Amino acid sequence: MPRRMTRRAVLAGTIASVGIIGSARAAWPDRPITLIVPYPAGGGTDMVARTIAPLLERELRATVNVVNRGGGGGIIGHDAIARAQPDGYTIGMITNDLSFYTHLGQSRLTHRDFTKIGQTNEIVGSVTVKHDAPYRRVNDLIEAIRANPGRLRGTGAAPGVNWHVGFLGMMDSLGVDPRSVIWVPAQGGTLGHQDVAAGGSDFSTSSLAEARALLEAQRVRTLCVMADARAEQFPDIPTLKEETGSDWTFSVVHGMAGPRGLPEAILGRLVETLAKVHATEEVQGVLRQRTIRALHRPPAAWEEVLEAQLNSYGRLLKEAGLARG
Amino acid sequence: MDAIARAVGMVADPAVLATILVSSLFGLFVGFIPGLTATMATALLVPFAMKLDPVAAIAAIVAATAMAIFAGDIPGTLLRLPGTPAAAAYVDQAYRLAKAGRAAEVLGVNVVFSAFGGLIGTTVLVLFAPVLADYALSLSSFEFFWLAVLGLSCAVFVVGENAAKGTASLLFGLLLATVGRDYTSGFPRFTLGAPELLDGVPFVPALIGFFALPEIVRTMRDPDTPAAVPLPRNAGIFSGIPRKLMQWPLNLLRSATLGTVVGALPGAGADIAAWTSYALSRRLTRDPAAWQTDSVEGIVDATSANNASLAGAWIPALVFAIPGDTITAIAIAVLYLKNVTPGPSIFLENAHTLYAVFLCFFLANLLMVPLGWTAIRIAVPILKLPRRLLMAPLLLFACLGAYAVENSLFGIGVMLVAGLIGFWMEENGYPVGPTVLGMVMGRLVEEHLMSSLIRVQGDPLRFFERPIAAALAAFTLLVWLLPLVRILRRTWARAG
Repeated sequence: MPRRMTRRAVLAGTIASVGIIGSARAAWPDRPITLIVPYPAGGGTDMVARTIAPLLERELRATVNVVNRGGGGGIIGHDAIARAQPDGYTIGMITNDLSFYTHLGQSRLTHRDFTKIGQTNEIVGSVTVKHDAPYRRVNDLIEAIRANPGRLRGTGAAPGVNWHVGFLGMMDSLGVDPRSVIWVPAQGGTLGHQDVAAGGSDFSTSSLAEARALLEAQRVRTLCVMADARAEQFPDIPTLKEETGSDWTFSVVHGMAGPRGLPEAILGRLVETLAKVHATEEVQGVLRQRTIRALHRPPAAWEEVLEAQLNSYGRLLKEAGLARG
Repeated sequence: MDAIARAVGMVADPAVLATILVSSLFGLFVGFIPGLTATMATALLVPFAMKLDPVAAIAAIVAATAMAIFAGDIPGTLLRLPGTPAAAAYVDQAYRLAKAGRAAEVLGVNVVFSAFGGLIGTTVLVLFAPVLADYALSLSSFEFFWLAVLGLSCAVFVVGENAAKGTASLLFGLLLATVGRDYTSGFPRFTLGAPELLDGVPFVPALIGFFALPEIVRTMRDPDTPAAVPLPRNAGIFSGIPRKLMQWPLNLLRSATLGTVVGALPGAGADIAAWTSYALSRRLTRDPAAWQTDSVEGIVDATSANNASLAGAWIPALVFAIPGDTITAIAIAVLYLKNVTPGPSIFLENAHTLYAVFLCFFLANLLMVPLGWTAIRIAVPILKLPRRLLMAPLLLFACLGAYAVENSLFGIGVMLVAGLIGFWMEENGYPVGPTVLGMVMGRLVEEHLMSSLIRVQGDPLRFFERPIAAALAAFTLLVWLLPLVRILRRTWARAG
């Protein structure tokens, strides 16, 4: 069996190299580009991809097809991007879910399996309570948690999934044992906020974007955002650092990437084009509209962020007893 | 008043009307193809919606989904292949009636009652959206748990004649629902290391497999399959509809209301609306014998409910940006994109846009009748073809649908396996309906049970703490215990 695998791999490699040589000769791009989104259509990642795709088309003068490969918590789609031919015709959107998979023992994929093209945006986490909750500031909530270990309930995501890690990191940075809060799993950030509004949980750590309508309806109150700057749409909501001095920040990060080994010339074009497209009002406007932070990071800076996250999230998940493998 | 006048002006725009027409046709097509669901129709519309005016963009989604939910009944009735999961509840009954030569009649019922269901749902949406949204927002996992348990209890009415086999089938469905990441710990259960199974057994491919494949296998194995189902001459699609409307106005009202409420609950959509109202119909019918054989009453109920639920799902979506189903989960993104920010202020700041959207709901449901009629006209003659010839394209469509869900071959594999299991089950007298219901409800029950248990750290008494939860719990227990009480009374009566 191993021998056959090797033979197949060699064969695949040969075909791949022929493919690369073949396409390198022609001017890239001379055929449609596939942009894989590892989540279902209509979600946040998809929306960013579909906003950027037509602008990429205009700049690159090639068709860009957005293809949704959802399922498996994003693993399947991420895997499809990582395994694609590195010829610049298959790229995709990746998220910092990649910082969790190995720690949770779900997949070996990490951000290291991708060539980064650029970060496109961040969806910033928050600490949100019911509108009539007794906590006026985030410190009140933290004090209440300290004073009543095992009584307060937090929510926003399933354990080990994005907003839960945001919660773990916040508690860690404040020196409070995360186990002193009952973590109620939620199927998605909006439902986490909904649960808080319904009085089922005391606070949620899912995003400000998902809380927006409930905030305007005065059903919930966001005590702080887990970012290094206030959100321009909600200038009155302080950051975690302003309130507590903690340096912890947490966002769901989206960006564009391709498989490892993208040819330099193509990568250069993509990086440059993405940066240009990202600065346009079309992209900025759409992201602002959804309370998403349009923070662009070039590949090197983004890589640094993802690498740091991979390590710190690993530690947090291990301490919470969620890590395996 | 001014807002309403402006809204009429916005909808009367030829571009908006054209969008409604085109997206209706698109919705009919998508709904007709098994595996392409109303949710997928919405997702496919997103890139176009980004280029349209706000009202046209939302109208496109509203029209396409309404048509898709109806159109799902067409292949369900003609081929026993539910075009959307919302058609699964009554596909067996519809198909049986179609084989008896009543396809046109059943589809006529489907289109008319779908349209009425949609209209009633929309009326509820227009009149009570803020109130109902408030109600939906006040529900926590305890209430959802009891509601899900009630939904699961509906299985009693769909297990069929052999209760033991029906229950076995339901339990199998519940077992399938446990596949995937554990809800509370994230630990993969029964996934065999396949990341494709992390989110559970892909539902749509399994659904197609369970219903469509057994029929294909049976047809191909049986040499005596009738060449084609004889179509009665002059089978008017709408003949007898006025009489049916007179006969079942309360069913329509009841199911449409139930559908709207189910739709408004986060996490439950058109499929659950159809299952619950179908079960309720069976329970409340005045003529149980006819209900099971030649009456279309159950179809009337379920088909009204699934279209009504579409409007219901917009209630929490518009008021609190909380999706009522998978369709509105996507639609909310479009609302934001189009500057129609969901929230209570939508009724003040964007009143004219909102009224225009409501008008589009009404228009789309009215348009369903003529378009649906045309679609049925085109589709029904399929039955005239020799059945064996139909099976190959049917299998092709089944594969296409199973593939399209996640753009992956894994879906086709799931479909084929589910099909073989479904064939074996039906050959041995196990109905597949309960399995599908188990898959739908199992996850919901578990999710809300576990999250409630975590909340109260395992204290079951606190499931009755919140007033609404206590009321729902009391009602559920009453529903469960009622048969027992009846039996006891009968025994006492006999003994005394």
